[in-house]
Amino acid sequence: MARFIPVRETILAGAIGLLLVLVASRFPGFVAPGNLANVLNDTAPLIILALGQMVVILTRCIDLSVAANLALTGMVVAMINVAMPDLPIPVILAIAVTLGALMGAINGILVWKLAIPPIVVTLGTMTIFRGIIFLISDGKWVNSHEMSPAFTAFPRAVILGLPVLSWAAIVTVIVFALMMARTPLGRSIFAVGGNPHAAVYTGIDVGRTQFLAFVISGALAGLTGYLWVARYAVAYVDIAGGFELEVVAACVIGGISIAGGIGSVGGAVLGAIFLGVVKNALPVINISPFWQLAISGSAILIAVAFNARAGRSKGRIILKSAEASS
Amino acid sequence: MSERAPPAIAPVVSMDAITKTFPGVRALDQVRLDLYPGQVTALVGENGAGKSTTVKILTGIYHPDGGTIRIDDAPVTFAGPNDASAAGITAIHQETVLFDELSVAENIFIGHAPRTRLGLIDRAAMHRDAAALLAEIGAPFGTHTPLRDLGIANKHLVAIARALSVDARVVIMDEPTAALSHKEIEELYELVETLKSQGKAILFISHKFDEIFRIADRFTVFRDGAFVADGMIADITEDALVSMMVGRSVNQIFPARSALVGEDVLQVVGYDHPTEFADIGFTLRRGEILGFYGLVGAGRSEFMQSLFGITKPSKGVCKINGRISVIRSPADAVAAGIVYVPEDRGKQGAIIGLPIFQNITLPSLGRTSRSGFLKLAEEFRLAREYAERLDLRAASLDQDVGNLSGGNQQKVVIAKWLATQPQVIILDEPTKGIDIGSKAAVHDFMAELAAQGLSVIMVSSEIPEVIGMSDRVIVMRDGRIAAELSGDALTPETLVRHAAGITAAPELQEA
Repeated sequence: MARFIPVRETILAGAIGLLLVLVASRFPGFVAPGNLANVLNDTAPLIILALGQMVVILTRCIDLSVAANLALTGMVVAMINVAMPDLPIPVILAIAVTLGALMGAINGILVWKLAIPPIVVTLGTMTIFRGIIFLISDGKWVNSHEMSPAFTAFPRAVILGLPVLSWAAIVTVIVFALMMARTPLGRSIFAVGGNPHAAVYTGIDVGRTQFLAFVISGALAGLTGYLWVARYAVAYVDIAGGFELEVVAACVIGGISIAGGIGSVGGAVLGAIFLGVVKNALPVINISPFWQLAISGSAILIAVAFNARAGRSKGRIILKSAEASS
Repeated sequence: MSERAPPAIAPVVSMDAITKTFPGVRALDQVRLDLYPGQVTALVGENGAGKSTTVKILTGIYHPDGGTIRIDDAPVTFAGPNDASAAGITAIHQETVLFDELSVAENIFIGHAPRTRLGLIDRAAMHRDAAALLAEIGAPFGTHTPLRDLGIANKHLVAIARALSVDARVVIMDEPTAALSHKEIEELYELVETLKSQGKAILFISHKFDEIFRIADRFTVFRDGAFVADGMIADITEDALVSMMVGRSVNQIFPARSALVGEDVLQVVGYDHPTEFADIGFTLRRGEILGFYGLVGAGRSEFMQSLFGITKPSKGVCKINGRISVIRSPADAVAAGIVYVPEDRGKQGAIIGLPIFQNITLPSLGRTSRSGFLKLAEEFRLAREYAERLDLRAASLDQDVGNLSGGNQQKVVIAKWLATQPQVIILDEPTKGIDIGSKAAVHDFMAELAAQGLSVIMVSSEIPEVIGMSDRVIVMRDGRIAAELSGDALTPETLVRHAAGITAAPELQEA
């Protein structure tokens, strides 16, 4: 028997395909390679953040601070760029990733050492990060004319036919696929979420693994922070407001179990692409924004119902043995 | 209902020929149990004797497969716990089942709170009635106190007040003193006397002989799910009760073992913990099976968790092959060659999100990776080796563990530990709650491990298993080693005596 995850991924890929066919039947132009590349580029930040969120959710946590982390990092690098326009892009990237990772580490430490529930921790840091943006920027915008040309050009630079932003997403996907399948850390992340008690007895430090998941999620939020601000060439307090929920939605639609332990890189990516296609396709065929929201919402519910069914059949097996053992 | 002259008093509850079978296990076989008003009946038996199953049948949680329960001589059937409670049967459990966040009064009356005419809870009446009940049992706390502020002994009082509030006629106390201090136990005894004087029938389950002889009027002995004897406590001695409990060992066959015990592998010296155990020391030799016996709460699992690095001992030295090993975390223990298969099946269980081979290699990732990357071929090789050794039945090692049968999942878990090539394997209640066929398989396997030179520590509460499998047995009582037994000294009677502290009884009375 095939395992659950590929089945779910196949269904999701089928749904995306169906959506593309439906749109193409009225607007063939939408499925032209050039346009699909645009959709991918537009979805790149969501893909990157969904992968970070996936790692966190797999360890039975959640990171609601990703969008705020993104906005704060974006503001910081934008202000650095204004102050030091000659700072090379690799340095900017390093600063963004480090700063993001640091904010993730704060979340991770609070969850690991103080055992505060992750949803509370990240709800708190989310608000704090947004507050800090306001403090450092005085609520002012950093606009495109203040940024250096190199700063804003980087995400749009085209390599082998695709912009750097798209490549960032592609490289992240490859790195994550490798990490989840082929490194002890990836394995620990699944183990911690799948059965934290068993993981402890196996010699895995559950708290440390959760901490690392938050650091990873934070680092990706930092990276996306720079890419986002540079791409849109503007930084202000509210950028990517509410985006954390879209990120979580991408994970849930992609079959990452909110109870932890079950999920895949492919699922998270497809979940993000599904949302990206819905967002880009529906306006093209003149469907009102209400339907966009309704479709995203329905997709979440369908995905959760799917997860719950899978979990329930497992529950029955456990109950049988529990009855026999009493 | 007939008017024949009753002999002294008639039982309130009478269970007759009760049988209960679970898949593969006959938990109760034609047992009988009578509970009399105003008397305490002690239900005595080793673990697995069927005491808990009996309680669950009496409280309507399980349905018996055969036999009758009579209340006041009228046959009854309980469709569920509500029926049993309506019939006046109530239980006070080992871990009291109450609600920490509610007040004492709310805990007492939850489910049957007095109502106002509008159907709302009549808080005034509830607190008034609760106060009356608490006064009756002499509880030293108010009705508004949140339950979480109470200690275990006081929580028992709340449970008892709750039993009184539903006009219980039968009160079941399942090891009520297991977690109480000396003074609290005395208070509980007084309360039992109060309940007796009110005519309640009390079923008292305990492993402690001193308290059975102190408060019980009658006894009923079960062994291996069967009724052995009953009678008046006044007519029996401790020795007679012990021999009825342990009886002859069940017709369970244990693998023949030629003990080729080798050099010392593990030496434990002076392990102390502030609250859980003290002065634990022993040596374990190559190829040996060392049993750890004791009552529930004797500190066996707590000590093992400390040895494995989950909790920290306040002092103590652990030597492996003569070299001092510092174990601060489970990872250290695994690296030092100690693995621990915990008691809780959920905890020791497989990790459902991972396929079989990844479950098996999980503690061995260091050996299956090169420069930080896992070698899948190496993982498959390792997993295949141990899957074959354990005769694991699976279509493919890439299969999801969740799709395997329970027995095969257990094999995956054991394969996982063996793949770390441990020197010492700690098995905590390895056969608890599994059927007889699987038990035999686990026993064979344990013998095979020892024969291959692995040293096994087996924590077990089942006397036949402890005697049948162990080369030596350490008996723990109240967090300390009470005795080390082997050879002819290793008998059911000596185990029970040391575990229950019967030999030490005269000392206790001095205090």
